[in-house]
Amino acid sequence: MRISPNWIRDFVSPTASDREVAEALTVSGIAIEGYFGEGADQTWEAEITTNRVDAMNHYGIAREVSAIYDLDLAPIVPNVPKISESGPTNISIVIDDAEGCARYTCRIVRGVAVAAAPAKIAHRLELIDQRSISNVADASNYVLNELGQPTHAFDLDKLEGGRILVRRARLGETLTTLDGVERKLASEDLVIADASKPVALAGIMGGEATMITSATRNVLIESAWFDPASIRRTARRLGMHTDASHRYERGADCGITPLACARVAELIASSAGGAVSAEIDIVVRTIAQPRIALASSEVKRILGVEIPSAEIARILRRLGFTVEAGGPFKPSVGLSGSGHTEFTVTVPTWRLDVEREIDLIEEVARIYSYLKIPSTLPSFAGGVVELPTARKQAALRSRLLSLGYNESLSSTFIPQEDARFFVSAGTPVEPVRIANPLSEEASFLRTSLVPGMLSQIAYNLNRGNSDVRLFEAGHVYAMLSGKTQGEAWGASVDEHRSLAFVATGAACEPSVHCKPEPLTFFHLKGDLEQLLAAFDVPRGNAEGGPHLPEGGPHLPAVGKCGEQTPCGITFDRTVPAWLHPGRAARAQVVDKNGAGKTLAIFGQLHPEVALARKLKQEVFIAEVFVEALYGLALRQPAYAPISKYPAVERDFSFVLPEGVEFASIRHQLSALHIAELTTLLPAETFRGGSLAAGTYSFLLRVRFQSAERTLRDDEVAAWSQQIVKSVESLGGSLRQ
Amino acid sequence: MYTVPKLEYFSPDVLDPASKALFDALKAESAAISGGGEKAAEEFRNRWMAQKNGILRQVNDLWLKAAPPSAKRDVGLTFATIKAVVEEEVDLVMQSAKSLVALPTARLKSQTLDISLPGIERPLGVRHPVLRTLDELISVFVKMGYSIAEGPEVESDYYNFEALNFPPNHPARDTQDTLFIANQEQRPQRDRLLLRTHTSPVQIRTMEKAAPPVRVICPGKVHRNDAPDATHSPVFHQLEGLCVDTNITFGDLKGTLDHAMKSLFGSAVKTSFRPSFFPFTEPSVEVSISCPFCGGKGCRPCKQSGWIELLGAGMVDPNVFGFVDYDPKKLSGFAFGMGVERLAMMTYNVDDIQQFFYGDMRFLEQFA
Repeated sequence: MRISPNWIRDFVSPTASDREVAEALTVSGIAIEGYFGEGADQTWEAEITTNRVDAMNHYGIAREVSAIYDLDLAPIVPNVPKISESGPTNISIVIDDAEGCARYTCRIVRGVAVAAAPAKIAHRLELIDQRSISNVADASNYVLNELGQPTHAFDLDKLEGGRILVRRARLGETLTTLDGVERKLASEDLVIADASKPVALAGIMGGEATMITSATRNVLIESAWFDPASIRRTARRLGMHTDASHRYERGADCGITPLACARVAELIASSAGGAVSAEIDIVVRTIAQPRIALASSEVKRILGVEIPSAEIARILRRLGFTVEAGGPFKPSVGLSGSGHTEFTVTVPTWRLDVEREIDLIEEVARIYSYLKIPSTLPSFAGGVVELPTARKQAALRSRLLSLGYNESLSSTFIPQEDARFFVSAGTPVEPVRIANPLSEEASFLRTSLVPGMLSQIAYNLNRGNSDVRLFEAGHVYAMLSGKTQGEAWGASVDEHRSLAFVATGAACEPSVHCKPEPLTFFHLKGDLEQLLAAFDVPRGNAEGGPHLPEGGPHLPAVGKCGEQTPCGITFDRTVPAWLHPGRAARAQVVDKNGAGKTLAIFGQLHPEVALARKLKQEVFIAEVFVEALYGLALRQPAYAPISKYPAVERDFSFVLPEGVEFASIRHQLSALHIAELTTLLPAETFRGGSLAAGTYSFLLRVRFQSAERTLRDDEVAAWSQQIVKSVESLGGSLRQ
Repeated sequence: MYTVPKLEYFSPDVLDPASKALFDALKAESAAISGGGEKAAEEFRNRWMAQKNGILRQVNDLWLKAAPPSAKRDVGLTFATIKAVVEEEVDLVMQSAKSLVALPTARLKSQTLDISLPGIERPLGVRHPVLRTLDELISVFVKMGYSIAEGPEVESDYYNFEALNFPPNHPARDTQDTLFIANQEQRPQRDRLLLRTHTSPVQIRTMEKAAPPVRVICPGKVHRNDAPDATHSPVFHQLEGLCVDTNITFGDLKGTLDHAMKSLFGSAVKTSFRPSFFPFTEPSVEVSISCPFCGGKGCRPCKQSGWIELLGAGMVDPNVFGFVDYDPKKLSGFAFGMGVERLAMMTYNVDDIQQFFYGDMRFLEQFA
């Protein structure tokens, strides 16, 4: 809000310059964040935290200044008559709802002439960005900005029956407010009514019918205290936010209603003329002023600094608190010299935010100045505990980075059709809907990281970035069904970690060094295998028999599976609809009993999905179910002696019928139980040429090696025979 | 004088020692004629490479041709190796006989590359700038003895608000711009689900589970109903911290954050503390650092003020301790929190927060 330092100086007179005062206020909790104008017309932009409604006015800020500089704060004493010159006021005030309205103070000014506001008032209001309306309206607005108390002026002659009733609205009642909008009222709304109808929405806005006009002769000034929760409920329901509701919602000062009322009356009478009536002040409920025990030892325990008791008392008194020596339940003990003092502190009516000892400690600390409290470091015993999955997460992240994928972050929100389409394992999930989404396209929580990754691919392709590799690790969500991670967190939403990586474009940047060659399914599969290799699972065939690794010498040693150790990873074609049915796979980890758990689904994006998303090149994407993966241990490397004896390599060129896959060859060969068969490498495949239709040639490279001896020609020959026979049993034949 | 032996078996364990004997002889004979002039070099060449009965020829006849089909492959490979080694050695001897200086030069010259061509780069992935900033923050606090804690992004009203001393219908809730999960009306208010607006719920979850002393940081994703623009994103990251023990003071809060900021930005950085308001801390404080980008002289990130507001912090409100059954008379503590995107934007001079969420390769690759 805008604040005029000149106005503050009506009440307190520091010798410091305006700029110095602003800086002192800022370090004490009233943040002055902007400076406008010069000299007496200078204004500040003050950022006042929601709890400090008492400082949302000039007098409140002057009180802060008086505490900071230890100066007296001038009282405001309006010049109004105690007794009306025009005889008794014949208006009755009834508060029907003590919960909603604790106090209602009013005065009547008869015989006013509504005109432009006096120059001084208008100027001050304009300085702080308020519009000057008339002498009567401005009086109310001026007092709001001076004292923080909202008041309202009614045209007395428009109030029917000469009475004011504070009550809840009745069924079907409406009220046209000052802004010309007809409001439908609900029974929870607190209203000010005359004998027949609501005339104001209490604490929020007055009614149009009873507003001050140029014809107004007699004015009723209302200065009341309304319950914060009640005002807030109505203001929120009606979508209204006014200067008055802003203050009432946060807790106005129930002690100031007579002063504010008199001050408005004084300003009206002095500018618009008229006779001021005596005050009517109805109090139906008192707002308790807490009495709080404050110990100087507690101040020290929390702040870490010894603040002299006299300083504590001085600060609180300047802020308007009543400070008595001694605890609340015993007389003053006057423990001078012990360093320990107890106070009983009574909170002023304008500080509804202060209820406890800790709140008083904050008051002391901020006026004493945070800057004067010495910095210390706490002592520490104990160790840093790592999250159980931290190392696994780090392993995946560093491998993906090493493989050339850039780390990305995409939106948590996806459209409904994506939330329903991008389901992973074939089990449909109920997506989580946002009640108040930012847009229709962002109305569901992501059920998968895939749509976000695809949007980012599209973003890149649309901007000419044709080679894209991205990964994202993040949470995905679904409504809860059954026992999952979400339940562990006590929610009915299943929220779990997921990981996706995506690649499209060239396998390497085409240049003199590298022929242009597109990425393929196998690039993606290889990258996935590199990720899985971080975990303790033997690679290769898990379908019984000894494990036969598929690749080169970097592979982990063959292990045995058991209760704890899984048996291996299998790939099959069970994939969701958004993947290309012929170029996608599911990776599962298989246990001793042959039961599988899905670790990843991956492959080429279905061409129709790509088309629908206007992706004009092949996109390869993998979704990794990291919660399942984290169930596996990280692979602990162990040294195996390197054989001193030479390996023997043999190539076999087979012709195979279409449909015989490498997996079946590997399965068949591992069933031979040749311990010396260490590597099985698919070296080449070829179709066409002189080959019969429905067949293809397959060059298989095998390596035999023993850790104990040099292999003999005859045994290698015998194994080779076995291999040929095995492949022949699949319908293959050795190529002549 | 070396002669090529006949072989009966052709397995690698026979071939390997045989090749080795041949190479030894080659080296010995080459060394013997060193400096012997062109004639000696000529003889050397003929002995090893003559078309008719040179040693290479003999290896071809006695080993390669004699090997059975099953061993042809092994022997062929061995022969190729021998041939290359012999040719190179003969070449060397011939060159050196002509001119000792010309020897390497001529041959190396023929191998010259255009070294101004770019190298073959295998692309490395790049950490996301926001997560990289978060990594740095985490590492500072881990070194100061803080463990990492995590929690769900879909939270209940209880953890996001109530236990953090935001009473129901309190105006302070308005500042949080909360995104709510649909269809929660039937549940009691405290169980209604929303997207957490800060990572503070993790502090509550941590204290519920663990007895003091507590020292944790809670990094994570949070969501608010903020329409995206250059400085707002409905998705962003926070890092919060919590330290609770029997004797933690406001001075410790100041010292800890001052130390952390100096670790992060260098020892010249100063910190400043001024009062603020958060429902879950009392006293509350806003922490600014002297601008590490301009040294306090004034620049764009600090809006010419020389200071940057970076953290919210405060002493844990006793009411919060009440929700987790900690005794506020015996315990005290401080909490702090900061937005990661904002710090990343200042650190890397990013002027639009949306850039963090596009996955634009041209953007991400700048952080390599």
